[in-house]
Amino acid sequence: MTRRSRIILTTLAFVAASGIATFAALPGDPKPVAESGGLWTDKDGSPTYNIGKDGTVDWGTFIGYLRYSDSCLRCHGPDGSGSSYAPDLAQALRQISYAEFIADVAGGIKAVNTAQQLVMPSFADDKNVMCFIQEIYSYLRARSTGALGRGRPAKIAPEPKGFDEASYKCLGIPQ
Amino acid sequence: MKRTTTWIGCAALGVLACLLMAGPMAVAQNTTNANEAAKAPAASTAMAMPEVTGPSAAQEAANPDNWAMPSLNDAATRYSSLNQINAGNASHLQVAWTFSTGVLRGHEGQPLVIGNTMYLVTPFPNNVFALDLNHNERILWEYTPTQNPDVIPVMCCDTVNRGVAYGDGKIILHQADNTVVALDAKTGKEVWKTPLASYKEGATGTDAPLVVGDKVLVGVSGGEFGVQGFLAALDIKDGHIIWKAYSEGPDSQILFNSETTSLGKPVGTDSSLKTWKGDEWKIGGGDTWGWYSYDPKLHLVYYGSGNPSTWNPNQRPGDNKWSMTIFARNIDTGVAKWVYQMTPHDQWDYDGVNEMILANLNVDGHEVPALVHFDRNGLAYVLNRDNGELIAAHKYDPAVNWTTGVDMNKSSPDYGRPKVVEKYAPGSKGVNVNYTGICPAALGSKDEQPAAFDPQTQLFYVPTNHVCMDYEPYPVAYTAGQPYVGATLSMFPGPGGYMGRFIAFNPVTGKTVWAIDDQFSDWGGALATGGGVVFYGTLKGYLQAVDAKTGKLLYSFKTPSGIIGNVMTYMHDGKQYVAVLSGVGGWAGIGLAAGLTDPHAGLGAVGGYAALKNYTTLGGQLTVFALPGK
Repeated sequence: MTRRSRIILTTLAFVAASGIATFAALPGDPKPVAESGGLWTDKDGSPTYNIGKDGTVDWGTFIGYLRYSDSCLRCHGPDGSGSSYAPDLAQALRQISYAEFIADVAGGIKAVNTAQQLVMPSFADDKNVMCFIQEIYSYLRARSTGALGRGRPAKIAPEPKGFDEASYKCLGIPQ
Repeated sequence: MKRTTTWIGCAALGVLACLLMAGPMAVAQNTTNANEAAKAPAASTAMAMPEVTGPSAAQEAANPDNWAMPSLNDAATRYSSLNQINAGNASHLQVAWTFSTGVLRGHEGQPLVIGNTMYLVTPFPNNVFALDLNHNERILWEYTPTQNPDVIPVMCCDTVNRGVAYGDGKIILHQADNTVVALDAKTGKEVWKTPLASYKEGATGTDAPLVVGDKVLVGVSGGEFGVQGFLAALDIKDGHIIWKAYSEGPDSQILFNSETTSLGKPVGTDSSLKTWKGDEWKIGGGDTWGWYSYDPKLHLVYYGSGNPSTWNPNQRPGDNKWSMTIFARNIDTGVAKWVYQMTPHDQWDYDGVNEMILANLNVDGHEVPALVHFDRNGLAYVLNRDNGELIAAHKYDPAVNWTTGVDMNKSSPDYGRPKVVEKYAPGSKGVNVNYTGICPAALGSKDEQPAAFDPQTQLFYVPTNHVCMDYEPYPVAYTAGQPYVGATLSMFPGPGGYMGRFIAFNPVTGKTVWAIDDQFSDWGGALATGGGVVFYGTLKGYLQAVDAKTGKLLYSFKTPSGIIGNVMTYMHDGKQYVAVLSGVGGWAGIGLAAGLTDPHAGLGAVGGYAALKNYTTLGGQLTVFALPGK
């Protein structure tokens, strides 16, 4: 089992165990305190961004920007800013914790009634999402606090050693 | 002009068919009141499937008062000979009536009008309405399908539907969940239902079927989910599949034989398999979600296939045939007579599904049976629709920069291939490289919004996108029913800072006769008319009427929501009407709802482009226009 998939499973187990109480929690202080493999975490261990004074964006947040576009953009619009049929995630992520974010992505959301037919699928089996769920969260968190503007980050921290290999391994495709 | 078209229709059908038309049509007009049929015991429908028959699609389409096919006729010209509304009086147009569809998602497509009844379909859940034009558009019947809402998120670009089709007394619906349903046009009762591919694997239905004689032609959407594209022909009597022709795979699946040609030469065996690595073709896309047209003399059906999956070109070496291809298939057997791949080894998501307009054009003094296609890749193709010979391929937006044009030298090994500019080709330097400033963007110089051909001016009226992009590919894994994309795209307005152009274009010469720039993409389909007036809709929600010769704006009216539907016209009780669906959404609603930013502008300019949401909001309405008076 790779480090990456272990983290995902641990997170999912945490969400399952923590139950409903987690759902009221807000994201908390985004200040980065630790780094591993290009990905930063806050004091609670939730993924976060680390943007330098010169605007250099950490590698994990940049990867989140890329992978967001793969599976999320077609509904949630460029830069997480919403579309004619899916919410603005820069707004939505201010209201939910990392645990709830994971639960929504893995479990999906349905709001089907007479007024609307909104359905977000479960991405639990989608490696393109779950291999990079922490990075996607870091990116959207940076968007939600306003730390990161729209578009591709102009300055990006260097790619950490072994990142590509780990990505291919997690995705299960030959490099 | 009206008579001329009628007689052209008669010539195509044979005079006998034209004379026979009068009978069944008169009957249909007397039985549009569905009340009595509705009172009939439901059990009879369940116990014994009623035989539903009626005039053919071609017969109804031959009457210029009708709009009996999604693209008006099987040549997909969207030219109506109706001329009551003309360049002199169009400025007096006013709203005659409106209808709310009750659904607030993207409304592509157009209604049908046959006799005294209008038929229209909403986006998911795909409710179908029949409106009685004789009695203030009261609802004759409504059909509300039951579909699993899990189909919603596997629709790539909103839950659009491009319209129902008519034939043999039935209304044909291609539902989002990829089930084709035939309804009794008089009662709305189900006659048959045929599921095609599974939405659980990402295959969905968004296209408007084309009915040709006893066959219903439908394709499939799902290029962003790795769905192997196909065109299916169903029997209009009972819905059974007569043939199914895939875009990629072994010859037995793509229905190619030794006589199938490309650019005049036989393609040989395994022409698709040879251009894919291993089994990639099985999840290779090439979906067929656009428009279909048909030549009754040649017995050929024409359509295009979409992008190869994934969007990361580095993951699928080869030409990826027959994605991005124009197909000409025999209507009875499905066997391909000729094919032409426009964008081999796609690196931009330039789906080839846009409409194939069949028109006889003057080329170097000779009349040629032409097929004209405004592709997403920014080139307007003219081919001989009989043999697939390439006649012309011109850029129809000067911003197009990924290619310098198509190699037209018949003795060149690259004959017919686009000359690709390496720095704008996301496969040229591998993954994890940001390829910047590519024009057009993935949504193409034009997407599905259809153009119209006016035989009077010999010009094509084309709603276009003027949008560019950065493209950053990376590796992705395939999971059935999950997005299979593999690239991050940033789109931004093209040179000049605007995103749309509505143009009058000659595809033989490549000349743009006139152009109207638009702040946003022009995503509503065009209509040309015998009155010399061309109509189209804008994303801000305006229905626009312009002079076909000059492009002069004659009339403009702001409907309640952005227009991504196609303008249509019909004649009822001696009066010409023009109708269009409003309801912003579709792919246009993804990027443009939030506004696009220019990554290459200075810091202060980021976010400077006004968002569409400052002009319009969600809606779902039909607006119908007419001249004042009786």
